[in-house]
Amino acid sequence: MENQTNQNEETKKELTVEQKIKRRNFISFSTFFVLGGATYGGWKWLYHAPEETAGITAGARKPLRRALNKTELFFRKFYSNNHELKTYPKSMAAKNVRVNSDIGIDDEGFKPENWQLAVVKSKNDVLKVTMAEIKALPKTELVYDFKCVEGWDQIQHWGGVKFADFIEHFKLDEQAKMPYIGMETPNGEYYVGLESESALHPQTLLAYEMNGQPIELEHGAPLRLIIPVKYGIKNLKRIGKISFSNQRPRDYWAEQGYDYYSGL
Amino acid sequence: MKVIKEKHSLLMRWTHWVNFPILTIMIWSGMLIYWASDTYSITLFGHTFVHFFPEWFYKFFNIPARLAEGMAFHFLFMWFFMLNGVLYVLYTLISGSWRELVPQKNSFKEAWLVLLHDLHIRKTAPPQNKYNAAQRIAYTAIIVMGLGSVITGLAIYKPVQFYWLAWLCGGYHFAHILHFALTIGYVLFFIIHIVQVVLAGWNNFRSVVSGFEVVEEPASTIKDNLNPSVKFNNHPF
Repeated sequence: MENQTNQNEETKKELTVEQKIKRRNFISFSTFFVLGGATYGGWKWLYHAPEETAGITAGARKPLRRALNKTELFFRKFYSNNHELKTYPKSMAAKNVRVNSDIGIDDEGFKPENWQLAVVKSKNDVLKVTMAEIKALPKTELVYDFKCVEGWDQIQHWGGVKFADFIEHFKLDEQAKMPYIGMETPNGEYYVGLESESALHPQTLLAYEMNGQPIELEHGAPLRLIIPVKYGIKNLKRIGKISFSNQRPRDYWAEQGYDYYSGL
Repeated sequence: MKVIKEKHSLLMRWTHWVNFPILTIMIWSGMLIYWASDTYSITLFGHTFVHFFPEWFYKFFNIPARLAEGMAFHFLFMWFFMLNGVLYVLYTLISGSWRELVPQKNSFKEAWLVLLHDLHIRKTAPPQNKYNAAQRIAYTAIIVMGLGSVITGLAIYKPVQFYWLAWLCGGYHFAHILHFALTIGYVLFFIIHIVQVVLAGWNNFRSVVSGFEVVEEPASTIKDNLNPSVKFNNHPF
């Protein structure tokens, strides 16, 4: 009796090659299919994840919005106002400057000559700035590669006042210490939010000239934002109002599922 | 007699299979992004051979008007793509298995013989270890391509902050083209890879899941195989 059990134990220990193959096949393939199934389940969960509650940002799946915001924080560590864009000779600038959108600037009967810029210094203190006052400031010209979130880019030539010069001239330094700046069209239909740091980048312009001529209406006359450290979606045309904030100001495309930061 | 022969380490199998869904999602979300400005084509002497992509293709994969969604997926899964790649490369370097992977002096000549053999033009294939010369070149190239996708991707993603990467890629505009071309490269690699895996058969496929192959060996050599000093005999290093 004793002898036989010993023998049984021995055969249990000493698996044949065939048995070993079967066993390892079983373990590895069941692991493979269980993990594969879990991956598929995980993907289903993410793909059908609920949309974020609409607020300053909207339109993205909740986990993906969280990832966008976390990724923003990571890449902002590499941001520096010493990183300037490459500039090109004027001869390389596009003659046919691409028009991609007229959101916020499609009102009938807008008169650029009646336009004034409203700078909200505080709740009850709004500074009104005329085009003449802006043109009196030193002009900066910039020929750089404009980048659209859609993927295209174009070398464009803009002229205007540096946003940093504008802030300094109108003594808005205190306001600009707040982390965010909001800008919107006069009709309030297009609006962008920017970190003050990016707005104060040495190549950020309040532009009133394109290819050496006054900006046309479709390009954002009379004054538009040129912020090369951001995608085109943040380069607001026809600025009506500028405000300062400790929170993210509302942003048109961030409400449509796009990354709020959209920095380059 | 059948013998179990260890072939692929657990980490190699893990990163291989993890990469499959990640790369699929990266390519898919990449197409959602590309749709928004689909300017690439293969045009020679004024004749357009392929436009990336035809309308039926977009419709079939439900691609149009999903740019924001594509970006959100792309910028999440890029992390996993990078981490998985770093894990594989570090492991391959530290474990020394890069020696079985990286092309050798004669690999380029041999790969040609492998190709002729695979196309049934030549009867014999050159002797090989874990990977043949063509595999060494292909599998090393795909890792270099992965690195290329990360570098061109970062150059497109933050062209101002990583201006030196954009410069390295021949500028922002050209980095886009490279990033796209690499993706087409993955798809071509995938097609050939699948055909080769099917042709190589079950034993080979199993080894990428379970790690081992089953080989037939005459009983007398088995003892030698178990002896580590003999095992390394055929390695020149």
